[in-house]
Amino acid sequence: MVKIKWTVKALLLTATACCASAANAFQGKPILVINPSQDRPRLAVPDFKAGTTDPQTGPLNTVFNQTLWNDLDNAGIFDMVAKSFYPLLTPGQPAEIKEAAWGNPPPNAGLLAFGNLGANSGKVDVQGWLFDVKNAGAPPILGKQYREDATPDKAREIAHRFADEIISRLGAGVPGIAESKIFFISTRTGSKEVWSMDYDGANQQQLTHLGSVALSPRISPDRSRLVFSGLTKDSWQIMMYSLELGRLVAFPRSGGDNISPAWSSDGSRVAFASSRGQGGTEIYLADSSGGGSRRLTTGHINVSPVFNPKTNGQIAFVSGQSGLPQLYTMDADGSNVQRITDQGYAVSPSWSPNGLLLAFSWIRNYGPGVVGGADIYLMDIASRQIVQLTHDSGRNDFPSWSPDGRHIVFQSTRGGTEQIWSVLADGTHLQQLTREGRNTQPNWSYQ
Amino acid sequence: MNYTKKHLILGIMLSVLGVLAVGCKKEKKPPPPPPPPAPVTATLSANPATIQSGQSSTLTWSTQNATDITLDGNKVDASGSQSVSPRQTTTYHLVAKGAGGTQDAPATVTVIAPPPPPTPTPTPAPSLTDDQIFAQALSDVYFDYDKADLRPEGQQMLARAAQVIAAHGNWTVRIEGNCDERGSTEYNLALGERRASAAQQALAAGGVSASQLKTVSYGKEKPVCTESTEDCWQRNRRDHFVLVH
Repeated sequence: MVKIKWTVKALLLTATACCASAANAFQGKPILVINPSQDRPRLAVPDFKAGTTDPQTGPLNTVFNQTLWNDLDNAGIFDMVAKSFYPLLTPGQPAEIKEAAWGNPPPNAGLLAFGNLGANSGKVDVQGWLFDVKNAGAPPILGKQYREDATPDKAREIAHRFADEIISRLGAGVPGIAESKIFFISTRTGSKEVWSMDYDGANQQQLTHLGSVALSPRISPDRSRLVFSGLTKDSWQIMMYSLELGRLVAFPRSGGDNISPAWSSDGSRVAFASSRGQGGTEIYLADSSGGGSRRLTTGHINVSPVFNPKTNGQIAFVSGQSGLPQLYTMDADGSNVQRITDQGYAVSPSWSPNGLLLAFSWIRNYGPGVVGGADIYLMDIASRQIVQLTHDSGRNDFPSWSPDGRHIVFQSTRGGTEQIWSVLADGTHLQQLTREGRNTQPNWSYQ
Repeated sequence: MNYTKKHLILGIMLSVLGVLAVGCKKEKKPPPPPPPPAPVTATLSANPATIQSGQSSTLTWSTQNATDITLDGNKVDASGSQSVSPRQTTTYHLVAKGAGGTQDAPATVTVIAPPPPPTPTPTPAPSLTDDQIFAQALSDVYFDYDKADLRPEGQQMLARAAQVIAAHGNWTVRIEGNCDERGSTEYNLALGERRASAAQQALAAGGVSASQLKTVSYGKEKPVCTESTEDCWQRNRRDHFVLVH
């Protein structure tokens, strides 16, 4: 299981309304703070009530309630009040609230999210509210209505949208991630293809049909295109898939092997590694249609570029120029190259949305006879301080940050085969997202 | 000849004619002289003119107006043919004598050495296909962990293989670099590319044209072995060679 070692200085990942007091984390031993549990608001989320007697209402409401609970729980900014503490009578409408029954122990909730869901003539209607139960008589913090086709997918989608409203309202303006997507490689059809899924592992869908090997899927910031590396008859080529058209679109091919693409966060540029020149695999930069490519690095193996999404002025990458692969950074024009890891086998950098942190995979004490798998680490780039996120459970690789910077998705063999897991950046809320086939190289959407 | 000599000769000839004319008138007419003897002719040919030792050639001859005809000293008819089997190159002489003279007609029969007895033709070895020649010349080369340097045995094999590839100018060879499962996917693709490039450079140094060589890295995507053991990892850290058709 994932644990966190509180070994480095404060790295305040998010500034939510609930944890302004995190500054006191500097007192005593340095720690990494995301959301100290003592500062999280206690949120009660009773199951939504049936709004109609339609036979579809029950099954859809079950899907909705599970999804809403998971989204709010996964957000990592709430202390979820266990359902066993709830009053027997739960509200479906604001008029049915009894604030004292929620705001006092045993629930002792600060916030209450509730509502109703009813199917009718092939449609499903959902009403949801968020109340501050410590402040009886105050107007709702949030009130929302939704109407969609009466399908489980739509019930899940409504739950994601409502959860994101709550999270955004309480998360200091940081949008929720319940509507985000994760793109990954799966072997479940027999070849390696690009798949997509909801952030919680639901709704897994195959995108490409190469019939060979697709690797390194990277979704564009506007989520309209996906760039990846595909194996043709005799080489690896950068390929572009349009999610709007549902097919591959043109991207120029070149000699050599072309691998590990990455988007700038404004969607205007694509960096990648290519052996098209003489002497090795180097990092190239092109515009988003593949034109105007130019080489940024020289030397040995240089691969796996990733832009600083905050500035697009820096690129982190992996280089074998000193032996085993290490992490480096450089300016986006190839200048100012700096090595930022000093030992072991360090690969797969992923830059946090706020530009302050790198997640990466590291065999920290690599050497003959040394046992130990690759684990996920986080580095504060300014201070070079490092915190270990996963511990001694299989090989862990290809971390990718969620849009809100609070979660990391990665691949791990901890369950026996390569599967995709997500975890809060403080090491809690570990979840397995895939189970069928082998699933690797997750890439979280920018929104 | 100058002018004076011409006139002198002309004068002598006229004088002789005058003496003869005077003489004819004065003597009795003699008997006509016998007709001059007809000239002797002789031809001899050999067919074929060139034989191998042990074979025979036919001499054919004919003569006219000859009374004594010999072929290499033996009397023969005025015309005829005869088979001969000389052991070495021989010139035969047909000599025909008659009142009109003697004629010698030669004919040469050239004798050449017989061809050497046909050596028993060895059953031709079934000719190797390109694929078989290729498979004999090239085998996988292996690498140390995280390294792309050729080991000595790999260098030796590639030096020999370079000669074979260079001798087959129509070949295109694909060099496939591979890695074991332990490294990370993207880094392994680049590492495999370096391994393929190392073999490419060794073959080029051995005289293979650059246009005959292509490289691709499969990273850890195409292992020959999927166990998590050092033996299996070693088998996967390799360059594999394919003759492209």
